[in-house]
Amino acid sequence: MSNPILQVSGLTMDFGGIRALNKLDLDVHAGEIVALIGPNGAGKTTFFNCVTGIYTPTAGDVLMTRPGDKKPISLKGLKPNYVTQKGLARTFQNIRLFSKMTVLENVMIGRHCRTKAFILGAVLRNASTRREEQQIAEMSYSLLEKVKLADLANELAENLSYGAQRRLEIARALATEPHLLLLDEPAAGMNPQETQALIELIREISSDGQAILLIEHDMKLVMALSDRIYVMDYGKKIAEGNPEQIRTNPEVIKAYLGEDVDA
Amino acid sequence: MFSLKTLRTGVLISLWFVFLTFPLMVIKVDPLERIIQWRWKNALLVGIGTFLIYLVVQYLNYRKEHQPPAKVEDTKDQVSFIHKFIADPIQRKLLFGGLLVIAAIFPFVVSTYQTNIMITALMYVVLGLGLNIVVGMAGLLDLGFVAFYAVGAYSYALLNHHFGLGFWEVLPIGGGLAAIAGILLGFPVLRLRGDYLAIVTLGFGEIIRLVLENWSEFSKGPSGISNISRPGFLGMELSLEGSILYMYYIMIAFMIFTIFVVNRLQDSRLGRAWIALREDEIACQAMGIDKQKTKLAAFSLGAFWAGLMGVIFAAKTTFINPASFTFLESAIILSIVVLGGMGSIVGVIIGALVLILLPEYLRALSEYRMLAFGAILVAMMIFRPQGMIATVRRTYRFQKK
Ligand SMILES: Nc1ncnc2c1ncn2[C@@H]1O[C@H](COP(=O)(O)OP(=O)(O)O)[C@@H](O)[C@H]1O
Ligand SMILES: [Mg+2]
Repeated sequence: MSNPILQVSGLTMDFGGIRALNKLDLDVHAGEIVALIGPNGAGKTTFFNCVTGIYTPTAGDVLMTRPGDKKPISLKGLKPNYVTQKGLARTFQNIRLFSKMTVLENVMIGRHCRTKAFILGAVLRNASTRREEQQIAEMSYSLLEKVKLADLANELAENLSYGAQRRLEIARALATEPHLLLLDEPAAGMNPQETQALIELIREISSDGQAILLIEHDMKLVMALSDRIYVMDYGKKIAEGNPEQIRTNPEVIKAYLGEDVDA
Repeated sequence: MFSLKTLRTGVLISLWFVFLTFPLMVIKVDPLERIIQWRWKNALLVGIGTFLIYLVVQYLNYRKEHQPPAKVEDTKDQVSFIHKFIADPIQRKLLFGGLLVIAAIFPFVVSTYQTNIMITALMYVVLGLGLNIVVGMAGLLDLGFVAFYAVGAYSYALLNHHFGLGFWEVLPIGGGLAAIAGILLGFPVLRLRGDYLAIVTLGFGEIIRLVLENWSEFSKGPSGISNISRPGFLGMELSLEGSILYMYYIMIAFMIFTIFVVNRLQDSRLGRAWIALREDEIACQAMGIDKQKTKLAAFSLGAFWAGLMGVIFAAKTTFINPASFTFLESAIILSIVVLGGMGSIVGVIIGALVLILLPEYLRALSEYRMLAFGAILVAMMIFRPQGMIATVRRTYRFQKK
């Protein structure tokens, strides 16, 4: 078997005295949908932040093997923009769109790291710059069609509904042409119909060959989509396996699903 | 409409103003007679004046609060008249054509003195547009803009003095040196945000001025550098009036060039990145935007323009010293950007013309000029905080083929 796209080993993150991540191991292989679940405060978002360069982890390593590469590259300590350039894109749990920009422009920002025009290009607006601009817009628009937001392309992002904003974040992340897409609670705040549509969207993205790692609380979505599930609590991995194994794992039921049963 | 409480506050405010302006308005020392005149009448006038202004402000506020709730289409009405006017291509061409004709014949219908003032105003237009790239578009509060202006001016003065280099040769050099200074300063300080960035850039501006003042072997200190050459026209020496005329047209050309560049930057990949960076830095970086590089581009572009204007300033006045590059200068340029309407090209132009020309024509009020200037600024901040021309950002319009 080839190297996993993402291979995290011994990832540890301390905030002052708090150990938010404790020697975490996690792999994602090409074409997989992997879920990362756990109670609130377990350290899931911190995990994403460490992998994408927003935080520098205290210890451990983050390796990435892009399709076609023989040897993995380390993402540890890279700035977020380089991580994205290497092919890892994410969405945010607390939506971080550019609210005063249009829906289309938000996605166009995602194309930034795959395009080149700079000061001279902007001022001269030569043929290649014009062509690039056109391609940015066209590709962004087709991504909006994919997430069913094309009708709202010229609307300001802040005017979108909650569910639409989450889909826009996905489109924006896809615009960076990632090898691995990280989704942080993509269904949070969605109604059942929206969640169903999201499940279909994620399936569609996955069937394009995109590897996906997602954090989610909605068990229906997690069980429906995931090939494999990691469960963490207090910064530690407590279980790992396919949906069936996780559903019946006593540790998990105690730490996490148990909450739901009691409630 | 006015409750007893508002009236009482009004009286208190008026008394406070009388007290504040007391040394200025009431006491007058007559050094010849060696007596002090007490001009009590002025105190009364200040008191009554303040009270009346207070009532007017209260009334306006009252009106604003008790208006029927704004209709939905009002958001469209907020788009300033000028932006609506030039949105139409034919009207835009007509307006620009008309302005160009007026600009071309302007020096022939007014005195040389007026032309000279207009050159200064145009320089501030370009400086404002340059700073607008940094503050308005990229959202970096730069209070040391004048430092780059000084770099440009001293580049020309020194290269001209020591090596006899001409205006057109030094123009790109001055701009380039200022841009390099921008990059050098930008590297360490652009990690800072908001207020911190403002303070560091302010400090940098003062450092440059102090160096120029104290490093006499290099810059001739406070006495400055004189006899700087004016720009030559095809190798000819021009008369004073001829060179003022020449300068005027150079500035017009410069302004058009700057508007062209800024306009294109706004609609580019880089311009979009600036706006995004202003909104959310973390999201920007997560989308693959190099924060450092993008901010540096804005900072050094602004510095480049300041450098160009510095060269022009040195050539126009033929004499420079560090006193021309104080913080006040940065503050004026920033006021132009903020008052005109941050991010709006039209706003910055109008802001510069008003802010530079108004004090000239307020000379009639001579000693109260600065006071009037301050009052106008304060009034603007109260009644039109978005600037004279509210910005409407042009968004990308996608046409599906
Ligand atoms: N920047 C930070 N500084 C200090 N503590 C943090 C920071 N970010 C996260 N934490 C802590 O790390 C723990 C995990 O948080 P988080 O990763 O957001 O959890 P989850 O996403 O699983 O709900 C929490 O206890 C949180 O308080
Ligand atoms: Mg979280």
